[in-house]
Amino acid sequence: MDVVFLSRLQFGIAACFHFLFVPLTLGLSILLAIMETRYAKTGDEDYRRMARFWGKLFVINFVVGVVTGLTLEFQFGTNWSRYSAYVGDIFGSLLAIEASVAFFLESTFMGVWIFGWKRISPKAHATVMWLVAAASSFSAVWIIIANAWMQHPVGYVIRNGRAELNDFLAVVTQPFAWHTLLHTLSGAYVLAAFFVMGVSAYHLLRRYEIALFTKSFRLALTFGLIFAIVAAVHGHYNGGEVAKTQPTKLAAMESHWETEKGAPIYLLAIPDEKNNRNALQILPIPGALSMLAYHSPSAEVKGLNHWPKEERPPVALTFISFRLMVGLGMLFMGLTILGWFIRHRLMEYGWFLKVMLYAIPLPYIALQAGWVVAEVGRQPWIVYGVMKTAEAASPLAVSQVAVSLVGFIAIYTLLSIVAFWLLLKAARKGPETALAITL
Amino acid sequence: MLETTWFVLWGVLWAVYFMLDGFDLGLGVLQRFLPKDETERRIIYSIMGPVWDGNEVWLITAGGVTFAAFPKTYAVMFSSLYSALLLLLFALIIRAVALELRGQVDSPGWRKLWDIGALIGSFLPALLLGVAFANIFQGIPINEQGVNQGSLLTLLNPYGLAGGVLFVLLFLLHGALWLAVRTTSDLQARAVRLAGQLWSVLLVVAVLFLALSRAFTNLWTNYINHPVLLLIPFGAVCCLLWIRISLLRRTWLAAWVSSAGVIVLCTLFGVVGLYPNLLPSSLNPDWSMTIYNSSSSQLTLKIMLGVALVFVPIVIIYQFMVYRFFSHKVTRENVAEEAY
Repeated sequence: MDVVFLSRLQFGIAACFHFLFVPLTLGLSILLAIMETRYAKTGDEDYRRMARFWGKLFVINFVVGVVTGLTLEFQFGTNWSRYSAYVGDIFGSLLAIEASVAFFLESTFMGVWIFGWKRISPKAHATVMWLVAAASSFSAVWIIIANAWMQHPVGYVIRNGRAELNDFLAVVTQPFAWHTLLHTLSGAYVLAAFFVMGVSAYHLLRRYEIALFTKSFRLALTFGLIFAIVAAVHGHYNGGEVAKTQPTKLAAMESHWETEKGAPIYLLAIPDEKNNRNALQILPIPGALSMLAYHSPSAEVKGLNHWPKEERPPVALTFISFRLMVGLGMLFMGLTILGWFIRHRLMEYGWFLKVMLYAIPLPYIALQAGWVVAEVGRQPWIVYGVMKTAEAASPLAVSQVAVSLVGFIAIYTLLSIVAFWLLLKAARKGPETALAITL
Repeated sequence: MLETTWFVLWGVLWAVYFMLDGFDLGLGVLQRFLPKDETERRIIYSIMGPVWDGNEVWLITAGGVTFAAFPKTYAVMFSSLYSALLLLLFALIIRAVALELRGQVDSPGWRKLWDIGALIGSFLPALLLGVAFANIFQGIPINEQGVNQGSLLTLLNPYGLAGGVLFVLLFLLHGALWLAVRTTSDLQARAVRLAGQLWSVLLVVAVLFLALSRAFTNLWTNYINHPVLLLIPFGAVCCLLWIRISLLRRTWLAAWVSSAGVIVLCTLFGVVGLYPNLLPSSLNPDWSMTIYNSSSSQLTLKIMLGVALVFVPIVIIYQFMVYRFFSHKVTRENVAEEAY
């Protein structure tokens, strides 16, 4: 157990945990804004009650997302000081921009939204939620640009013993960042859609508040269908960017060992990292990997054995996470397309509602798996091709990081228990009556 | 020149953070001691509720700007203060969760649990920020490689502790005065009385801190070389006195603004005294982090300056509007309307 390992573990836990809560914030804020806008336009009381009900869940989820984000920003300095000193010129500025242009807006107006129900008009209240929604997605823009720079550094020179910015536009406009962004954001929107559909399904199955939850379900269904498709499309483009810029990650994602032209995809493969091969690989789709990565069935795809062992990411974890993410992504498309055809007769399809209820955790798993592919697949680099993770940690004592790691685990475990218990409680309780709101 | 501009901006961001979060950190402690019943406690939470989150973003921005403008200082400072900072983060997590989740379950036990969470989560940051900044003013035993040779206990030296006590008192007074501005009747009267008592203690501690700064730090050197800068500590003292006068005249907002002035000018006193250091080394002045050896490239500083000059004023405008919007008195009669 060294400082690098413990710091990685700590950062990994903090990041995974953060991303348990952020996607719901990203997606549900938009759905809430739509509900409130509909209420402001039509005066349909159901939409107001919907906004109140989903808003309560939103608030619980929001606060955990915020506080877990706080620790991430500070950990770059506390645990990754060598990284921070080396690339802060670029990376630090992106984080600072995020705080000043997006996070301020989000946090300030969140306060207005929570405390503004009885103080501002429905239209103004809807506008405030649109601001929160826009700010949180805009926040994601900067964070993903910063992350994309770690994946595929551009617009910099090595000068004065560190990476210095020399082309800001290149950093913010690089395709890697924008494909990742659209992929990540749509993934988050899908998660929120499945959350709303799942909770609605729970109430529809008990025939409780049918009108309100049918409206919620259908709104989320449309939203989820659109973004399940966008996520898949940009996932494909994102994969293409990875093929161009991070060949070791691509090879690990497919557990592809030998360099070959017209590389296939094996529907079933079991990586054997010790012996630099797959223990089992069957059901090949000829040329599929070459086709997906380089748009040509005969293109050459470099295998893991092309690189020395210390240049490769952990294969099994990257490979399994990637398969899991892709499989679940397909499932989300299938479920939302199916749902679309029966959207007017939801109550007749109890089994579908039941499936959607139990599907709530699946997007969470898919999104976590996606980040594992992105971050574990980037190893051993912290900035791909520029700086190794092993060179990036702070000069700390093992005991310091060990103690803080235990603290993180303790606090985050408690936090998640409280948050999920409250979410569950509020979700099961259902919406307030119209009378309770006016009181 | 750009480095100096960023140094000033850096100091101002921290000062604004202390000024804004200061009162809700103070209120987070006072909620445990000042109210006589749940209704009064709810008044305090309702006063903090709409604004605390926006206030805390100033901390993120101040941290982010340290990272962006002075990455090497950010790296050395944050890793040197590792244990203190993580303690601060844990406290802030508990605090945020307490403030937002306290009202989610209607049970006295649940509320009490989070009241204690809010208390710890507000007291610790006030103390730790004070200790951390006093140590930054004084210097930290960092070696040539920017590695801290001390431990968490090294930070708890007399001057560091004095800084901690100073911050706690400043924030408590600031919170009590904000409560006086935002509520009425009995609770307001108690807040005002407490503010008067806190003021007397603060006066002693503040004078002591300035004197200790002479003994333990080099902060005064810049002031001796450029006497015009003495307007900053002089202004801080004037603001401190004006709090008392405002309390006697019962002009609560003026008292709060003066208290904000004390916090801002105290922070700037330290920051200006540091210049051009950002983090002095107590082992060897050559190993200090300065604006010259730790700043970002000219291009980054320029781009960030553009971003800051456009967005910081916008943030100030909309946060000011939000404060105006929530400037009504919260009382026993209307507190029920505040909640979600």
